[in-house]
Amino acid sequence: MDEGRHHVRAPAPLRPSASNSQKPRTRWSFNDPHVRALVYQAALIAAVAFVGWYFVSNTLRNLDERKIATGFAFLAREAGFEIGETSGFAYGAADTYLRALGIGLANTFRIAAVGVVLATILGTVLGLARLSRNWLIARLAAVYVEVMRNIPLLVQLFFWYTIISENLPGPKDALTPLPGLFLSNRGITFPVLHYDPAQWWLLAALLVGAVIAFLLVRWATRRQAATGEQFPAYSVGFGIMLGLPLLVLFAAGIPHEIHRPELSGFNFVGGAALTPEYAALLFGLVVYTAAFIAEIVRAGVLAVDRGQFEAAHALGLPRSRAMRLVVLPQALRVIVPPMTSQYLNLTKNSSLAVAIGYPDLVSIANTTLNQTGQAIEGIMIIMAVYLTISLSISAFMNWYNRRVALKGART
Amino acid sequence: MSAVLPRPPVLPGPVEWLRANLFSNIPNALLSVLALYLLWKFVPPFVNWAFIDAIWQAPSSKSCREALVPGACWAFITEKHRFILFGTYPFEEHWRPGVATLLFFALYAVSAMRRFWTPRLALVWLAGLALIGVLMWGGVFGLSYVENERWGGLVLTLILATFGIAFAFPLSILLALGRRSDMPVVRSVCVVYIELIRGVPLISLLFMASVVMPLFLPNGVTVDKLLRAQIALILFAAAYLAEVVRGGLQAIPRGQYEAAEALGLSFAKRTALIILPQALKISIPPLVNTFIGLFKDTSLVVIIGLFDLLLALKTALNEPAWIGFGAEAYLFASLVYFIFCYAMSQYSQMLERDLARGPTARALKDT
Repeated sequence: MDEGRHHVRAPAPLRPSASNSQKPRTRWSFNDPHVRALVYQAALIAAVAFVGWYFVSNTLRNLDERKIATGFAFLAREAGFEIGETSGFAYGAADTYLRALGIGLANTFRIAAVGVVLATILGTVLGLARLSRNWLIARLAAVYVEVMRNIPLLVQLFFWYTIISENLPGPKDALTPLPGLFLSNRGITFPVLHYDPAQWWLLAALLVGAVIAFLLVRWATRRQAATGEQFPAYSVGFGIMLGLPLLVLFAAGIPHEIHRPELSGFNFVGGAALTPEYAALLFGLVVYTAAFIAEIVRAGVLAVDRGQFEAAHALGLPRSRAMRLVVLPQALRVIVPPMTSQYLNLTKNSSLAVAIGYPDLVSIANTTLNQTGQAIEGIMIIMAVYLTISLSISAFMNWYNRRVALKGART
Repeated sequence: MSAVLPRPPVLPGPVEWLRANLFSNIPNALLSVLALYLLWKFVPPFVNWAFIDAIWQAPSSKSCREALVPGACWAFITEKHRFILFGTYPFEEHWRPGVATLLFFALYAVSAMRRFWTPRLALVWLAGLALIGVLMWGGVFGLSYVENERWGGLVLTLILATFGIAFAFPLSILLALGRRSDMPVVRSVCVVYIELIRGVPLISLLFMASVVMPLFLPNGVTVDKLLRAQIALILFAAAYLAEVVRGGLQAIPRGQYEAAEALGLSFAKRTALIILPQALKISIPPLVNTFIGLFKDTSLVVIIGLFDLLLALKTALNEPAWIGFGAEAYLFASLVYFIFCYAMSQYSQMLERDLARGPTARALKDT
């Protein structure tokens, strides 16, 4: 990417050196590109500084005249508003603004994390479906992608929210597409595992299984490199990773009672529920972002040369291995950078929550700035949080790109 | 040596086509059956609801609510179409936003034709936008003055999107050139601007426009909300477009820069006559894609209460008579946005195919 800049700069020394060789330049002339560059840059700094000073001084005067406080002292004050859902954290109206904003951030992460996972799954399926040899499936995927990405996300969010909160029946006549799963205007209710502290052992077993599987794969790869003997490390590793928790579950008798939601009065008890706001936002974000991810996946697979498949087959690799060892690593190099920017977009788009009343960071910061009148601080908090997320993800991306870049290739 | 057998004859026919494309093997056949089942389950009921049992015209929402078979109540759209198109613009003056909308379409059509891609197109745009401004504002030529607060509906969406792109585009070229400049100060200012804007959600910029921007101005000077939102959209769009233009600039082979320098052209001439014409041409498809994104993003002004297409629909829904017809309203909004965006995306794909055959693309491929 620096090629352009280099060669533009290259001829510059020629001119001064031609005159410098006779006598050193003593007079400052506007024809000297270096002098000109200095003048332009000084002018730009002056302009930026002037605009900045103008806005800041106006703002300070306006704030003073309107008796609006400045600074972040308000963060320690009592918020005085309730938050509909708190991602499992304790919160009450008597808590501080800082805590309220923290809850908002947690809600943002809760929607973004789940959204990213689901959008990746749906998008990958759709992207591969669009490449399918099955005409009907490919067509349907293409129609989906074209429709979804040409309708603004906000319109889709309003649509889903209306469908859930107005068009779905009340809890009494809730739709049950699967036993235990209820769709009603109170949101989506589904069964969950009844919590018991002993269930942490399951997680521990899963982690141990993962470590064993990882070591197994590493050992198998090394052995194959050294001796050529193969070992089905992936399937065995996967079996251990799943089998260990199951073994713990049944052998150790860890409680695994399932809570089913049941109708009682006007609402459900038991199970877990997604609020209409969360459900609409999640659904909208996933359905919208998946259309973009599908196109990225499709482009990534198409970017791998056909010859690569054929060469892998010629080497005798079975289809799954050809995919995993030859095609996928090359497709990922194309897929990952735009995919990350889609994840970032999803996170930034989750700020549309404010339009349908899901209490994400932007929504709570908006309430905060309306109550305190400290708009500048409120917006600074929003921007700072999103900038931190964006910049850390791009830093990670740059690191990743350097890692997977073709060795010796100019990028 | 065995003789090479001739290729078995391919019989073109629906049965062979079905076998090859839908039922080539068992998993494929299962998938096809599943897809057909889902289509059969969902498409006919939707068609019934949206077309066959729908009520297209009704004097009031009563006939929709009392209909025996539940169908879509498109009467809501028919009844409110003036409001959806023009918002609260004075009723007798509706021809003005109407003509402005047509002018927008004319501008889009002219810009889409490649033989009009000359510097003169910029003048056409300037004249067109000025004319639209005169029509909407009035106050001259015997047109009554209509303040910004009363603009709304589809025409406001078109204004926000079109003016946004028209002003953001030149700004983005400056930013892209600045980001590739040799001057460290210029480069850092542009990088900071672009990354800052791209790192935050558009909503935060719109909030800034609606609540913070008034504080920036000296006491007594006010800029109305529409203009503030428009400025926010322009600043936002410029950052995204700048990255696209920068991509185009980077794709220009180094020989072009060197040849321009060898001819002794100044920086301004090199850029305006040699580099930009080529760089912009190859960035047109991604530029159009960015335009689509910006067109969709204008819908966010709903959140700060500007009366665009979407808010006009939402407001109409708030009328007690029409409460509960949200699905129809948002499907209609989806359809309008879809028509614009799909047209743009098809156009960009067509252009991409055309340009792939053109001389610029060949020259780029050779380097």
